[in-house]
Amino acid sequence: MTPAVHIEGLVYAYPGGVTALNGVDLRIEHGERVAVIGRNGAGKTTMARQLNGIAKPTAGTVTVCGTDTAGATTARLAASVGYVFQNPSDQIFAKTVRADVEFGPRNLGRSAEETARLAEAAMAATDVLDFADHHPYHLSPAERKRVALASVLAMDTPVVVLDEPTTGQDHRSVRRIERIVADLHAAGTTVIAITHDMDFCAESFDRVVAMAQGRVIADGTPAEVFARPEELELARVEPPQISRLAAELGWADQVTTVDGFVEELSRRAGGAAGAPGA
Amino acid sequence: MIVFEDFTYAYPTGSAPVLRGIDLVVEEGGFHGVVGASGAGKSTLAMAVAGFIPHAQGGEYAGRVAVGGAVVADTPLPELVTRVGLVQQNPFDQISGARFTVREEIAFGLENLGVEREEMARRVDAVMADLGIAGLADRSPYALSGGQQQVVAVASMLVMRPEVLVLDEPTSQLDPGGARMVVEALGAVRRSGVTVLLVTHALELLAEHADTLHVLVDGEIAAQGPPAETLADDRMEEWGVGRPRYTEAAARARRDGLWEADRALPATLGAAAAGFRAAVRTEGGRR
Repeated sequence: MTPAVHIEGLVYAYPGGVTALNGVDLRIEHGERVAVIGRNGAGKTTMARQLNGIAKPTAGTVTVCGTDTAGATTARLAASVGYVFQNPSDQIFAKTVRADVEFGPRNLGRSAEETARLAEAAMAATDVLDFADHHPYHLSPAERKRVALASVLAMDTPVVVLDEPTTGQDHRSVRRIERIVADLHAAGTTVIAITHDMDFCAESFDRVVAMAQGRVIADGTPAEVFARPEELELARVEPPQISRLAAELGWADQVTTVDGFVEELSRRAGGAAGAPGA
Repeated sequence: MIVFEDFTYAYPTGSAPVLRGIDLVVEEGGFHGVVGASGAGKSTLAMAVAGFIPHAQGGEYAGRVAVGGAVVADTPLPELVTRVGLVQQNPFDQISGARFTVREEIAFGLENLGVEREEMARRVDAVMADLGIAGLADRSPYALSGGQQQVVAVASMLVMRPEVLVLDEPTSQLDPGGARMVVEALGAVRRSGVTVLLVTHALELLAEHADTLHVLVDGEIAAQGPPAETLADDRMEEWGVGRPRYTEAAARARRDGLWEADRALPATLGAAAAGFRAAVRTEGGRR
């Protein structure tokens, strides 16, 4: 089966000549949940923008669901990749929330009935139904961000890219986004998120790709990547709270989630009975 | 010192009050946090301290807000800006656009006050040194990283020698490196004796640095006190604030009998580590 995303030898230079991506190789299978981390300027968003064809490779190839982006229009790629921008104002344009959310599926040729169903489900998942008939610009930035997410979910694409989904969101909203990622995953959708939120990254993703200076510098499970201090330093990220706690306790095994931590604690508390001196 | 007395406020455009019956005393000096779900009234509270409410916003205003003895509603904005600085979310929006270098940008407010040139240079240099940005003095504010821009915004306020610095989610748009830069700058602000009032979703930051925490729920103060107490409150989830993962892990462990019953839930890494060490020892010894 062709992978969801296949990037080979990707180089991207901005028209001004600044090289933002410097040889990226990355293969993401269908159904994976991948978090891309790294400091601002590392190339994360530049790479993600290749996936829906907003930017095209200077060298190398980007293939999404079997389509080489170099020869594909953004309209064609939109059927494969839903992209939620970091700043919702970059993508919201309709006069009501509902119209904005319905635009995507209708534009992809879905029937009126199907469009209404997809929009309704996406608005329910993102909790924006209460203001479905409001103008998006009368909403708070955090609410607009949820509308932008709903508009992409409604397109029901096999790949969803989220650029900093938790930025500026409160606790409930972060929880909701965690649930949406889990639901997308359960439905077989490939989810790729760019994030600075390491706790979110650890709790919701199976694979972490760390970038620095236009390259991938680490790629593995959260436990593997968060156990590599040199790469984390390069990417300028701190491990999640739970990983720091485990390290503080001197646990050799990498624990990254609250669930994982409580399990390991229970094992150690039980296991300590047989230890010498106990 | 910031004092709210039975303060209620509704925006001119909205019907329901955003803040209701707020009684709040923020002691002089130190680092104080405000948390709450989106829509709880945090930014409104920040603007009421800085005076944009009521001076720039209008609306229905009842009760009293005072900063260092000056009643906000009775003090004109030009005087208030020398008492309260406000730093907002988006660093880029806070650059005046009227000046070419960081040094000039920081001096902008003092220029408008007509501060004498030598005095102005002295104050600008001192603030840049305090916040560790002397090296940026001759750069364009637009050529800086988000974190650096936000520290410049802090400097632009601090140079006015305010009694209070209010920050509304100053790190939410920054990467972790930028956020760290701002937190370090706030440490310097606090040491200079300025009262820091920080609105944020970054609970871990408050757990480590804040002296007191005020929890806003639907426009009312639901809880306040030292962060170790407020962050451990079981109602933080239902209030939509959440708790640090350390606290969450300990709460879960307590349910499984893996956290000493008489030990308070931790809010910081240090407290969590101490508690879990004890839990593993006790539990191991008991079996």
